[in-house]
Amino acid sequence: MRPFEYARPQTEAEAVELLSDHDGKTAVLAGGTDIMNLLRRDAIQPRRLVDIKHISSMQGIRQADGGVLVGSLVTLEDAAESPLLAEHRSVLQVAHAHKAIQIQQAGTLAGDLCQLPHCWYFRNGYGLLGMENGLSMAEAGDNRYHAIFGNRGPAKFVSGSRFAPAMIAWGAKVRVVGPEGEEFIPLEYFFATPKTDRQNVTVLRPGQLVTHVWLPSRTADIVSGAYEVLELNGLDRPQAAAAVTLKMQSGIVRDARIVMGHVAPTPWVAQEAANALIGQSVNEDTASRVGDIAVAGATPLSMNGFKVQMARAAVKRSLLRAVGQLDEALV
Amino acid sequence: MAEREVTWGPRGSHTLIGKEVSRIDGVEKASGAAKYTNDMNQPGTLFARLLTCTHAKAKVTRLNVDKAKAIAGVHTVYLFKDIGENAECNYDGELVAAVAAETADIAEDGVRAIEVAYEVLPHVVDEQDLEAARAAKRLKYDDDGKEVPLVDRTVGDPDKAIADADVVHTGYYGIHTISHMCLEPHGAHCTWDESGDGPKLTARHSTQAVSTTGPQFASQFGLDASDVRVICNYIGGGFGSKFAADIWGWAAAQMSKDTGRPVRLMLDRATELKTPGTRPSGFANVTVAATKDGKITAWKSHHWGTNGPQGGTIDGNQMPYVFDPPNKHVVSQGIATDCGPNRAWRAPNHPQLCAITDTALTDLAAKLNMSPVDLYKANLDQLDDTAKENSKLYAAELDRAAELMEWEKKWHAHGKGGNGPVKRGLGVALHRWGGQSVKCSSEVRIFADGGAQASIGSQDLGTGTRTVIAMVLAETCGLPLEKVKARLGSNEYVYGNPSGGSITVGSVTGATRRAALEATGILFDKVAEKYKVDAKTLSLGDEAVWSDKKKVCSWKDACRLIGPEPITATGPSPVADGLTSKLVGGVQMADVSVDTETGVIRINRMVAVQDCGLVINEKTAKSQVYGGLIMGIAYATNEERIMDNNSGRYINADMETYKLPRIGDIGELIVEFYQPDSEYNRGVVGLGEPPVISTGAAIANAVANATGVRVPVLPMTPKRVLDALAQA
Amino acid sequence: MAKKRVVTTTINGDTHEFLCQPRQTLLETLRDVLGLTGTKEGCSNGNCGACTVHLNGRPVDSCLVLGVEVEGAEIRTIEGVACGSHLDEVQEAFLEGAALQCGICTPGFIMQTESLLDENPNPTEDEIRFYLAGNLCRCTGYDKIVRSVQCAAEKRQTANVGDH
Repeated sequence: MRPFEYARPQTEAEAVELLSDHDGKTAVLAGGTDIMNLLRRDAIQPRRLVDIKHISSMQGIRQADGGVLVGSLVTLEDAAESPLLAEHRSVLQVAHAHKAIQIQQAGTLAGDLCQLPHCWYFRNGYGLLGMENGLSMAEAGDNRYHAIFGNRGPAKFVSGSRFAPAMIAWGAKVRVVGPEGEEFIPLEYFFATPKTDRQNVTVLRPGQLVTHVWLPSRTADIVSGAYEVLELNGLDRPQAAAAVTLKMQSGIVRDARIVMGHVAPTPWVAQEAANALIGQSVNEDTASRVGDIAVAGATPLSMNGFKVQMARAAVKRSLLRAVGQLDEALV
Repeated sequence: MAEREVTWGPRGSHTLIGKEVSRIDGVEKASGAAKYTNDMNQPGTLFARLLTCTHAKAKVTRLNVDKAKAIAGVHTVYLFKDIGENAECNYDGELVAAVAAETADIAEDGVRAIEVAYEVLPHVVDEQDLEAARAAKRLKYDDDGKEVPLVDRTVGDPDKAIADADVVHTGYYGIHTISHMCLEPHGAHCTWDESGDGPKLTARHSTQAVSTTGPQFASQFGLDASDVRVICNYIGGGFGSKFAADIWGWAAAQMSKDTGRPVRLMLDRATELKTPGTRPSGFANVTVAATKDGKITAWKSHHWGTNGPQGGTIDGNQMPYVFDPPNKHVVSQGIATDCGPNRAWRAPNHPQLCAITDTALTDLAAKLNMSPVDLYKANLDQLDDTAKENSKLYAAELDRAAELMEWEKKWHAHGKGGNGPVKRGLGVALHRWGGQSVKCSSEVRIFADGGAQASIGSQDLGTGTRTVIAMVLAETCGLPLEKVKARLGSNEYVYGNPSGGSITVGSVTGATRRAALEATGILFDKVAEKYKVDAKTLSLGDEAVWSDKKKVCSWKDACRLIGPEPITATGPSPVADGLTSKLVGGVQMADVSVDTETGVIRINRMVAVQDCGLVINEKTAKSQVYGGLIMGIAYATNEERIMDNNSGRYINADMETYKLPRIGDIGELIVEFYQPDSEYNRGVVGLGEPPVISTGAAIANAVANATGVRVPVLPMTPKRVLDALAQA
Repeated sequence: MAKKRVVTTTINGDTHEFLCQPRQTLLETLRDVLGLTGTKEGCSNGNCGACTVHLNGRPVDSCLVLGVEVEGAEIRTIEGVACGSHLDEVQEAFLEGAALQCGICTPGFIMQTESLLDENPNPTEDEIRFYLAGNLCRCTGYDKIVRSVQCAAEKRQTANVGDH
């Protein structure tokens, strides 16, 4: 690893100040499960690492404003075991799919939302957009794990976050502090598709820090489900995923949110597919049809046509899982 | 000297041989005390990091290490490449320079400070596209520039046999290149010391060959072979890739010589995947013909693939695998790619040959509406020259495997794997391997205090070599295991063979048995003289010397007769004396589920029925079979080297994207040895390679049986499964 | 150049004070600064679990932790499991169950199993496969690891019953 400074603030304000130095060439260290990798592979070169683990205001899970406020230091395991999140089934399903206890115990929910793409061109040191000689390496090269939506610009990678689809479907917001103060950003608008290597995968500006994630509480008429297509029954990254939150009335969908993951440079909201579900009940047929609609606009690259089918299956299965109709023994 | 009969003794007469014995180095391994090469950090050790080429084909045009050398803490820079004569780099990951420094981080600073520039040349890394290779002139050519195959072999009249056949199947099959992925990477810790009277160079080397790498170090540095000590007490995986001193071993030695400090140079994870060898690939168009009873009458195949810059592929002379129809035509072509080179990978050639042959045979069986088990049985009278003695054995192993798999109950026709999205199916494949012992010595010493030790310049890859040596010595001396010593892991002991190709267990146990029999024969002479008994009647057991069934004296009393000079005997191997033999078979079956909506394969059950002659240690032997199955599951379903055709780079050289199965991915594994008396009487045959061979084909066949669709190329990742289903 | 820091921590019950640069991982610190090489280096990117240690009672990949982060922490490594050459139940079960072959993954698997059995003394086979899914073994047999964990759980429970 390259040399860097290490700072350990005790408050959010201190953290913001430390992050703002060096023209923002700083990085946040929480669980370390992603950033340590990026540092070792020289994919990012921050001059200072700001270890936020000792900021007490960012710990713990509590009820707030009709929802649940999850501190940025809450680990995946703590989140999965919290009674306050016990009814956010889709979130728990994603946590459970992280089949490595070491990662569940160290990795944080907010860290997941902020992690950088797992594109092999980026991780092998060719910049966020994976360009060489001015050309997209993913476009001309091996793009089997790359985007099938939102991939017409220079960004071909898929968003690295595993929790974002479920959280967006729930209507989550993130609390951000920075040099200009505090703001709450709906998670749906938190992610960005960079057009240059200097841009970021989120809307965070230099010096800004995610301190909390807020999720609305579940009401009795809401069900949720998530499904990740994982090659391995162990530590692995999904090749496509989906999460749904449905408002039900007498078995009929009254409102729906469907968000796909690992299919685009950002989490991908499938609004048309969600709309098609309204007024319907969820069963094998409607779930299949909605899966078809969700992937209808896909623009796969040269090698990742198979991901369209995976995304279709993920949407279908997240819907069936939400209403308890997925045969869990089989999948 | 009292001649002792050189046999293993009757079956059932042993206290140790054939039993389940825990490995004798297990305490060190389980407690973290075992020191591997990567753990060597004696005071003063410098740590090395590598600069590697980032292009598939390039010339180094600039290489300036001044800034690296100027960094505080950097001690030396070693160049593998330079501008001028040695400027060509032939694959992504080829070593360019090494920096040794006080810490690994400082060495990395040094690597980053090296100024390097390349002239990038056109590359070919696609191992599957024969036409592209042809267009790029990457095949083999004769002096006139005419394309020639590596193998073009015809037996009988295959075209006529195909025309006359009741059933003909044509298909495409393949298996991709994989890396060894040793959990402990390649590397060495070298100490250069000319001050004493000891060896000048000590290489603590992660190697499968402590006895043969010493001369490779010596010749590089103009030393006598006796001036190099090679030590490897523990090694974290080799799988065929760790036989040589290697250029990075030389670099570590040179840097130690230059600095006067010990130097540890281990390959980093990415370089470990890219550089020290891979398993060659093969892709084939196959036509196979049969009578309606399933008798194979003809085989035609054209296969190609790569083993890197050399332009080889898997061995065409062994195609088809195991079965030998009367009419065949085999063509093979190698593609010279700008990919890393190949090295022996557990059972070289065999998994690939099996993945092409046994898949085609299962598809032929499907076309005949036969079970593949029945197809195999119909052809056990036409096995190749190597395997032909296995005919009865295969029949028995197929039956036993079928029982363990509940084949009759679960078998269904191709594509009838269920109505839901998840389909279930069965597959089978079989294999052969040699496993004959090779030249190896064992020196047994018995001391006056009762101590007994066997030492061999061998190495324990984790297979349990140390333990079987100790077991044989203890058994022969009639001692409990903990009262004997087995020493290995140094070239200062008598010559031991490199451990590869399933040759080690026969070599070390045969040699140790012979040496121990000779040593105890000398002891018997002393006992006979002292106790006035006939040496021919003596035997050992329960820490005592026996004449017929009467105790003559204790082992300790006997040893007191030895005096200050220990009894020393050296046993050679191989000797045609019945202690060891060659040739094993083996049958594997797979029960898998295929999720046709996501392409994900799950293993339900694997069955392996394996013969290997006389089993010395049932516990470690079984571990070999379990390990083989898991490696087979890996290359069947997940692991592959992914070369980016555009950039020419190995892009998944990390453990995140080079996928390997986890503990939840292996299903239920059932392992059984086939060992009737006829097997016991053959003596010891090696076992390391066989169990990894037919796993891939068996799983591929189960996937085809489940879905009715052949996923032609291994590994059958979700992408390949979904792509195959979409095209079906 | 970033400054070296003095870090004080408890490792296997003993207090250690060491100097480390911010960029040194806990793994590197344990192995090459403190000489505790029982913790193995596998992938160095959190994918193989070979470097698993307990940090304040929780299993973590020590390649994903910086040395400077462990100030004041309690660390347990494989060297702290056995008492001399007297193995604990988990180590003994791995040895007897042939759950180790080349042995590089073994310390990580054992540390992870220690955590599992601390949390869940009587795990099902599925729970074992879930809890150990972050650890990678290239050569032995996950199968024997599962059996050995079951065996260790039984041994530990029997020992505990004996205590009462």
